[in-house]
Amino acid sequence: MAIKERMSGNEAVSHAIGQINPDVMPAFPITPSTEIPQFVSTMIANGEIDTEFIPVESEHSSMSAAIGSSAAGARTLTATSSCGLALMWEVLYVAASNRLPIMMQVVNRALSGPININAEHSDSMGARDSGWLQIYAENNQEAYDNTIQAYRIAEHPDVKLPIMVCQDGFITSHAVENITLLEDEPVKAFVGEYNPEHYLLREDETMSVGPYALSPFCMEAKRAQAQAMMNAKKVILDVAKEFEAISGRSYGFFEEYRLEDAEYALVAIGSACGTIKDAIDKLREQGMKVGLLKVRVFRPFPGEEMANALKACKAIAIMDRCEGYNGNGGPLGAELTAALYRAKATAEVVNIIYGLSGRDVTVGDIEGIYEKLVKLAEGENLFGTYPYLGLRSR
Amino acid sequence: MRKLTEIRWHGRGGQGAKTAALLLADVAFNTGKHVQGFPEYGPERMGAPITAYDRISDTQIRVHSNIYEPDFVVVVDDTLLHSVDVTKGLKKDGAILVNTLKTKEEIIPLLNGYEGQVYIIDAHKVSMETLGKYFPNTPLLAAIVKVSELMEEDVFLREMEASLKHKFAKKPEVLEGNMKALKMAFQEVH
Repeated sequence: MAIKERMSGNEAVSHAIGQINPDVMPAFPITPSTEIPQFVSTMIANGEIDTEFIPVESEHSSMSAAIGSSAAGARTLTATSSCGLALMWEVLYVAASNRLPIMMQVVNRALSGPININAEHSDSMGARDSGWLQIYAENNQEAYDNTIQAYRIAEHPDVKLPIMVCQDGFITSHAVENITLLEDEPVKAFVGEYNPEHYLLREDETMSVGPYALSPFCMEAKRAQAQAMMNAKKVILDVAKEFEAISGRSYGFFEEYRLEDAEYALVAIGSACGTIKDAIDKLREQGMKVGLLKVRVFRPFPGEEMANALKACKAIAIMDRCEGYNGNGGPLGAELTAALYRAKATAEVVNIIYGLSGRDVTVGDIEGIYEKLVKLAEGENLFGTYPYLGLRSR
Repeated sequence: MRKLTEIRWHGRGGQGAKTAALLLADVAFNTGKHVQGFPEYGPERMGAPITAYDRISDTQIRVHSNIYEPDFVVVVDDTLLHSVDVTKGLKKDGAILVNTLKTKEEIIPLLNGYEGQVYIIDAHKVSMETLGKYFPNTPLLAAIVKVSELMEEDVFLREMEASLKHKFAKKPEVLEGNMKALKMAFQEVH
């Protein structure tokens, strides 16, 4: 029986964590993800779950403790945001290369500076090449559903990689919205027990974790890690299919919203996608053929699949809630444009930076982008050379 | 009733505008609505102006932006009327509710020529008489429910009683004062 509830995004993922009851959670608080360790430690204090909570002195320590715990064979979890994630940098790679299926809740927030606490994807996007799987959510429901699916993907024998489950700081993490929860039992049955093949505490097998490797071996290890990321594609779709069977909610690498016959498309990640959908419905009523490709899985990057879904469009705006500081646009823009080129797509493509440091995005803003896309397809570029949505002139 | 009702709250950090917005979302959810209640954080410090929002709808809410053309505005602290344009974008067929010790005649000139309905309540008086402490949230919640006609008084009181009973399971003595505050606020708002 589905349970109708209302809760914030942070409450939603914490509820899923409570249903999963992981073995170990090392964490250090940072806005806007602080509530997650707070809610989890409350559940522990109330005796609702028996997760071992480790208060640590920094995020570098929380990730290091997570690595130790996961290597020992425990199902491990942590949560962070922004500069907390940045402080983990060095050890993110250790987690991924040692093939430790840690789940990290990332509540996306701007990196400094100026210092700002609001939503932006620069934190997790900066870690996009660290070897972690990355799944993003539009709202509390998706953040909850992604959390339930995360360990099944990360722990799969063909994958064995850590996973970031991302949602937008404040916009979804602190907004109370309706949600449909699953009961505890089907969640527990779906996630299952964690039985790793190799782990440090296994008595009949000695192993070392994270040793030095010489050049003749390093490249092979890295290639094997890259293969795991590629293998994750099939696993993600299989897990989504199984999840649909218990929840009725369907997931893939991305969601296509009125994209099938769309001539003008936006591609975006996260909470702005709900706003884009409202804009699409309005414009469709006026007869405009507009659609959205909402990216759910960013790592592995489903470039070929996205390009195929967008191939027939006349003009595409790729939206990045992240500045690349490279003069070439944001990460989604760069990677998807390359994928479209490989797919021999002929659409006009523009990459728009938007919503940095929590800058609000309205239905009107999105309508304006679609109107400019129509012009772009006709050969008139109203976007300029380096478009920023809603940038103030003074 | 409107299909989608949008409400903007203006308060100061520490006064509970965010909590009030979330409480309203809560009680609307309990009557079967789709809800969205969320704060907008500026500098986080006591006394700084903060904004919170509610969307209450019969259908799923997907939009994730702030509210620029609200149906209703609630002002938790009337000193904000001098520094914040609280009626900005407020619909003419909507209304503003101000918590104040002043009279309506004194408040109206501070509303930048707003042409819609103006309501006031002395939440301080209601709170002190019923709770013995200044908690403006509870009276303001009842007052905005009455002003917005989001739900019938009896439905609202029934839902609030159920949720307060749950919230204060270990402090039943708090329930009575809060229920009195809600009922009195329904009478006092004008």
